[in-house]
Amino acid sequence: MDLVFIQLLNGVQYGLLIFLAASGLTLIFGIMGVINLSHGSFYMLGAYGALTLTAFTGDIFLALLIGVPLAFVFGIVIEWLFIRHLYDRDHLQQVLLTFALILIFNEAQKLLWGSYPHSVPIPSYLQGGVKISALLTYPYYRIAVAAFCVALALLMVFVIQKTRVGRIIRAGESNREMVEALGIDSRLLFRFVFAAGVALAATAGIVAAPLESVYPGIGEPILIISFVVVVIGGIGSVKGAFIGAILIGVADALGKVYFPAFSSSVVYALMAAVLIARPGGLFGRAA
Amino acid sequence: MSTPAILAENINTHYGRSHILRGVSFRVAPGETVSLLGRNGMGKTTLLRTLAGLVRPSSGSIQLNGAEVTNSRASSRSRAGLAIVPEGRGIFPNLTVEENLTFASRANNKGERPWPLERIYSLFPRLAERKHHWGNELSGGEQQMLSIGRALMTSPSIFLLDEATEGLAPKLRDEIWATVKQITQSGIAAIIVDKNLNDLLALADRNMIMAKGEIMFEGTSAALRADEALIHRHLGV
Ligand SMILES: Nc1ncnc2c1ncn2[C@@H]1O[C@H](COP(=O)(O)OP(=O)(O)OP(=O)(O)O)[C@@H](O)[C@H]1O
Ligand SMILES: [Mg+2]
Repeated sequence: MDLVFIQLLNGVQYGLLIFLAASGLTLIFGIMGVINLSHGSFYMLGAYGALTLTAFTGDIFLALLIGVPLAFVFGIVIEWLFIRHLYDRDHLQQVLLTFALILIFNEAQKLLWGSYPHSVPIPSYLQGGVKISALLTYPYYRIAVAAFCVALALLMVFVIQKTRVGRIIRAGESNREMVEALGIDSRLLFRFVFAAGVALAATAGIVAAPLESVYPGIGEPILIISFVVVVIGGIGSVKGAFIGAILIGVADALGKVYFPAFSSSVVYALMAAVLIARPGGLFGRAA
Repeated sequence: MSTPAILAENINTHYGRSHILRGVSFRVAPGETVSLLGRNGMGKTTLLRTLAGLVRPSSGSIQLNGAEVTNSRASSRSRAGLAIVPEGRGIFPNLTVEENLTFASRANNKGERPWPLERIYSLFPRLAERKHHWGNELSGGEQQMLSIGRALMTSPSIFLLDEATEGLAPKLRDEIWATVKQITQSGIAAIIVDKNLNDLLALADRNMIMAKGEIMFEGTSAALRADEALIHRHLGV
């Protein structure tokens, strides 16, 4: 029973991390119409960035403080160099270019950090955990990561519902052309959305770094699972990404307990079930 | 002659390989109201979209209030004082009525806001009643009011209105026409597209008829009314 409970907690916490990556992916797809295969690379660069910045500053949270603005600026540069040329092109060209970016980022990662896995330390003040039973404890750091993700999700809700930028983002999800026709330069909107998406993916990579070892290809499973979440939640829906990510996190964790032999297919079964019931995803516009 | 609000010279617009606008040239004076008539598929919407910068012409030039805008984006034309109420209204379904209205609220280049929110609400009391509803909870007529109100809140000097009353009940139509009249009398230059010939002729200073992407006729309402053959041939009434 304790094991199930722990797995459930892990599932929610994993789901929250996935949400950070998937929310950026869904906005980039929903608003800009760009299929960004390189999204997982920003998670990977976040994780490796955490490695370097933690070595440099001594604390994962300082690494976060420096890394997130850096990721945002990096996102602006990547949008300007590559992504902006994709807006009027078809999905095949988007997939080809963003796949090429994966290869480039992977090579860069090997050159900069090598092929061996590394670990990133949990800060001393978050060592240990909450005692759940005589045998089990739940690590403080995981609790901190979950709380951080929830806070960030609430901040996103506030920005999207209550601010001018949020209104523009919502309007862009439903009618990009009208946003432009009303005087908002959609190039700037797209650049901001892309950079915000990169920053969110990198944030997930940074806070996840101390949870698992940092290794080449760390971003790829995140990319795939984020696409599953986007499809489940409905393209363009941040709310959908949140619900979808938690569902996926929990399904994945419980799958490992109850169906260990097929655990990796549980999330896809869930995706198939959602798509049969609601082809546009949970919060998507009818497809 | 003063600087025209809109000066279009020899515009050609293509959709893919189809040549839609074929050498369209015209001007609209400041404050003038021009109707744009023509049968279905003749290029009226394409012309408005080309003026607004939503479609790029393949050749020709467009000036708004004397400024060359042929290569500028729709957003910069909007900020320079052009507003469009598009076919289909373009309401943001996931924004509230009030969020839609204030979305692009701004002053004109003299720093004035001739159409503040209160004025829009008094023009269209139904929007005030529904200000907290989502955009997709509105009827067709309310959506048209919202689209017009949202365009006015950008303080435009040029107003493009596509399918002004399409699909609306007669009572609502009258309401829209009454408002459009206030707009055109306020000194905004306007191009208005609609299927109701008589309503348009009553409103317009001048009329243009499009056929197959060309302007076949330009003239006053009196001149057009007098030419029954022309009306029959190009407007099907
Ligand atoms: N996006 C598009 N792609 C290709 N062809 C188009 C597109 N939009 C319009 N057309 C074609 O361009 C021509 C002109 O269309 P347009 O919408 O400008 O006509 P309209 O005069 O506004 O017609 P209506 O009175 O039906 O609104 C039509 O033949 C139409 O089929
Ligand atoms: Mg039309």
